[in-house]
Amino acid sequence: MSKKRQAPSLPSRRAVLGGGLAALTAPAFGGTIAPPAAAQPAGPVLTRTVPSTGATVPAVGLGSWITFNVGDDPVLRADCAEVMDAFFAAGGTIIDSSPMYGSAQEVIGAGLARIDRTGAVFSADKVWIGDTDEGRDQIEQSRTNWRVPRFDLVQVHNLVGWQGHLETLAEMKAAGAVRHIGITTSHGRRHGLFEEVMAVHDLDFIQVTYNPVDREVEDRILPLARERGMVVLVNRPFRRGALPRRLEGAPLPGFAADLGAETWAQLVLKYILSHPAATVPIPATTQPHHARENVAAATGPLPDAAMRDRIAAAIRDA
Amino acid sequence: METWLSYSPQDFLLFSERVYWRLFELHNAALWPAQIPAVVVGLAVVFLILRPRPWSGRALAVVLAVAWVVAGLGFMPRYATINWAAANLVPAFLGYAALVAAFGFLARALEPQRSQPAQWAAVGLCLYGLAVPPLLAVLADRPASAEVFGLMPDPTAIVTLGAVLAAGRRWPTLLLAVFPAVWCVASWATLAILGTAQAWMFAPVALAVLAILMLGGRLGDVQEEETAPSPEDRR
Repeated sequence: MSKKRQAPSLPSRRAVLGGGLAALTAPAFGGTIAPPAAAQPAGPVLTRTVPSTGATVPAVGLGSWITFNVGDDPVLRADCAEVMDAFFAAGGTIIDSSPMYGSAQEVIGAGLARIDRTGAVFSADKVWIGDTDEGRDQIEQSRTNWRVPRFDLVQVHNLVGWQGHLETLAEMKAAGAVRHIGITTSHGRRHGLFEEVMAVHDLDFIQVTYNPVDREVEDRILPLARERGMVVLVNRPFRRGALPRRLEGAPLPGFAADLGAETWAQLVLKYILSHPAATVPIPATTQPHHARENVAAATGPLPDAAMRDRIAAAIRDA
Repeated sequence: METWLSYSPQDFLLFSERVYWRLFELHNAALWPAQIPAVVVGLAVVFLILRPRPWSGRALAVVLAVAWVVAGLGFMPRYATINWAAANLVPAFLGYAALVAAFGFLARALEPQRSQPAQWAAVGLCLYGLAVPPLLAVLADRPASAEVFGLMPDPTAIVTLGAVLAAGRRWPTLLLAVFPAVWCVASWATLAILGTAQAWMFAPVALAVLAILMLGGRLGDVQEEETAPSPEDRR
């Protein structure tokens, strides 16, 4: 059975919206402020610290579902490398993928080598195979695709074969073959089982769907993650692009400026980042400027509880 | 079961529309100028249906079997780079090609019938498969991603349906319609999920298949009786 880890606490509204906001909020969310990359003048990027290992990661990552599945296409592979380059330049490090995502792993591996960032990435991947005896081989193949010496994080994708895979991952972590382990779900599926696994296994990360519209995880899973000291990767922060598309053209609410949010996308990310759990949204994109914009959402002030409600209402009513 | 019901078709999409069309663009570039003989062969299919000869069925079997082999071995591995399920379909393409050849030669399943208007509808369907996919690519301002009969599956499937359905309504012939019809449905689903208007390309195909099955079935049966060889011919 696992030990309970120290949980981060929620800052007060005054602390959040007052002066020196980022400096005050970051530790409260289980992290510190990392100096931005030289090419990124937007300010310090909020980080999260993994309680179990002390590893620190920027609070916005980069997903690869669909966007990085470009096959052998040299033009599109170069585009993906540009996105990663912009992402790193803005201060990001976590890139998430899966063997389920077609060619995405190979595209990431080739792109990282191309921009010379293989050593800088926080590599987050998944094991996704029904036969749990094949888990190690699949992870090794994925690692080869990424061209990294070892994964920083391996998650059990959508709880497929979770019992066997978690045993394997725990062994690999103990042997130093992976740094962190976790489980994932998406679209709000199997939350009951997800909670059960979270409650009894020593996980460093979990990954769930969360955004101002899909808020079911606020009830139990995010509080449990906070209680158990698990960092929460957040997939589908933009509902696979549907949220920004729906909001396109709608005027940004006035309070967005108070938070330093220049777009609806940044407002959505700030909503996610401001949850008391150690959330790390991992939006996917094909546009370098969107990658920069996403990481920039982890700089500057974050909304307090009342402001979060206003964001959710504004998005609902837009 | 509840979990599966929570999935939407979009959840199974692995790639974007841009990536999908780039796939055809790269394939065309890699195969150029094979598109020219491919179109000529496609027109030959139309001619064989319009002007049937005693050997037309076997010629169609060869042409279509080769087309499916080329599409299966050429395009599907490329498609597999963005869709892992595609790799598993290569044997299905090859198996279907073998079936076309076997039924075409052994069961005479591809002998074009002289049963108008089904014959004309079948010709129309073949011409549609040859011309419309490339035309839609041109209209969408991505001519380099044009889908070509014999090289890519969609036009190959449509032309095959035309040729198969021109051959009447015997069970070996109808059996040959199943795989290209299933492929058309799968491709329609892919394009529809991608949100591209080209998905509608398959609507006339479905209507034409239904029309040919109705017209061709009734008239084809009559035609088969009328053109059945006499006992003297069976030597």
